[in-house]
Amino acid sequence: MTNTQGVFAKTAILGAAAAMALGLGAASAQDYSPAVVFDMGGKFDKSFNQGVYDGVERFKEETGVSYREFEVTNETQREQAVRRMAQRGADPVLGVGFAQADAIGKVAAEFPETRFSLIDGVVDAPNVQSIVFKEHEGSFLVGMLAAMKSETGKVGFVGGMDIPLIRKFACGFEQGAKYVNAGTEVIQNMTGSTPAAWNNPGRGGELAKAQFDRGVDVVYAAAGGTGVGVYQAAKDNGKFAIGVDSNQNYLQPGTMLTSMLKRVDVAAYNVFNDAQAGSWEPGFKVLGLAENGVGWALDEHNEDLITPEMKAAADRARDDIINGTITVHDYMSDNSCTY
Amino acid sequence: MEDLFVLVLRTFDAMLRVATPLIFCAMAGLFSERSGIVDIGLEGKMLAGAFAAGAIAAVTGNAWAALLVAVMVSMSLALVHGFASITHRGDQVISGVAINLSVAGLTVVLGNAWFRQGGQTPTLGAEARFMPITLPGVETIGAIPIFGTIYAESISGHSLLVYLALAAVPLTAWVVYKTRFGLRLRAVGENPAAVDTAGISVTWLRYRAVMICGALCGFAGTFLAIGQNASFVRDMSAGQGYIALAALIFGKWRPWTAFGACLIFGLLDAVAIRLQGVELPFIGEVPVQLIQALPYILTVVLLAGFIGRAVAPKAIGVPYVKER
Repeated sequence: MTNTQGVFAKTAILGAAAAMALGLGAASAQDYSPAVVFDMGGKFDKSFNQGVYDGVERFKEETGVSYREFEVTNETQREQAVRRMAQRGADPVLGVGFAQADAIGKVAAEFPETRFSLIDGVVDAPNVQSIVFKEHEGSFLVGMLAAMKSETGKVGFVGGMDIPLIRKFACGFEQGAKYVNAGTEVIQNMTGSTPAAWNNPGRGGELAKAQFDRGVDVVYAAAGGTGVGVYQAAKDNGKFAIGVDSNQNYLQPGTMLTSMLKRVDVAAYNVFNDAQAGSWEPGFKVLGLAENGVGWALDEHNEDLITPEMKAAADRARDDIINGTITVHDYMSDNSCTY
Repeated sequence: MEDLFVLVLRTFDAMLRVATPLIFCAMAGLFSERSGIVDIGLEGKMLAGAFAAGAIAAVTGNAWAALLVAVMVSMSLALVHGFASITHRGDQVISGVAINLSVAGLTVVLGNAWFRQGGQTPTLGAEARFMPITLPGVETIGAIPIFGTIYAESISGHSLLVYLALAAVPLTAWVVYKTRFGLRLRAVGENPAAVDTAGISVTWLRYRAVMICGALCGFAGTFLAIGQNASFVRDMSAGQGYIALAALIFGKWRPWTAFGACLIFGLLDAVAIRLQGVELPFIGEVPVQLIQALPYILTVVLLAGFIGRAVAPKAIGVPYVKER
């Protein structure tokens, strides 16, 4: 198996070299050449990475500036990919995902003139902008919606890789569900403990079915590409599902109760835009409900599922969170879910 | 108590679903390996089958067409393996690995070129998939206590391909042990020279074995893409081909024991999924990592302690050179 993976890595690196060669050809004509490094899951995961993809695509459409991109398919590629981008003169370099924090930190020190942005991770360096979201606040709201929709009083959570960030989603969701009704039972599962867990829809579906067997009737997936399997299982079993990161309501209309929006598309767009305009600043950016960085999706695909009472309650809670009446616990602040 | 019973039955229900691709692949490997051809390419053939099924189902909307093409694609890969290792007497492991690697890359590249969804195929509607079917008489039989509940919860309500996998086991056992072809198949894996002396073509016999192997892998792939899931996703076989190979060795290259091994792997996986986040008496909540390692730990324990020596077919991996 290790052997196979080794060869996989080689194939992928060859692919990477080819992709970068192409990228160079396209970008040499212009001075401003932004780059993005997607993480495992891929830019078409219909979720987190795809949100970033949508954002940078929008930038490309509006400005006509093309960008270099790379999709990490193996853990060993992150640092190489980021360094390659910097070596080839890309600026700014946008890293996607918590797992790229180490890579960005290292490469940023080697290229002090290059601007780096990192979504979902924190690197303390003079040329790095760290963008993090208050996912717990958005998850709180969809947790409320789930608990209000549930008839069994049991709601489920399927996470991707078992990391503090995903526990943060889970904790906010649980708190929201219990805010509506303290007796709500929240069943939580993680898909795996390796990055492969972001892309395993079969297992996601099995986890969801196991939760349905235990009485869950609304399931929230924060699992990248794995979520697709969760939504499919919800549809096949006549339950409700909640999407994550991007608006995923369109995936299974009638089944998708809503989606927890994490506006990575806006964040990615702003990085490229600000860097071009010269208003890019290093440091930390924390985007929550107040900044419209997180929220929940209501569109033509799920408007029949959300009653006016549910919407009113969620809107009230939103205001309360913004003005501080409700405090949503951030799992990552103390690595525990106590509230 | 009633609830617990249902929960156990649902776990068995999940076991059958999870074990289905393993069963197809283990039976596939059995034909190939019993004829003396090592097949490490089960994984690749299954993945290719899954991609073909997902792609064809997306284009035509017909699950049967998807199955047919998946079987054909997988069989043609099997023929490549046969051509390299039977006709040209190449190293069988290398040929198998080559198939695995090229399929892992090709499916993503082709998928991206055709559907532009990053190597996935479009999500399918129910009509283009093998959906769960309710067996006849669930209403009446389901009313019978215990047996009826088992029938309704565990046995009924699977995709057609799950039942085909279950049928593949007795069929394989019958072919291998009760037919003339099976006798020759076993003989050619033990002592090809003897078979040759009897005037039977070793090459043709082995080709037929790898073709059957390819067909069964196609079924496994179809189940992955349009039975269990609703689209092809890159690398969706996730190492199950290797697990099936392990199950085959576990089962000492015999159909029923290999089937048992597949069910054990399936059961461990299903239990692992259900144990997550559950408070166990005296132990408390078990960490995710431990739960996920459980199937593999148990495999090691079972292999080391209970299975005994697994003796491979004698001529396995050895290309046959006809003496002049």
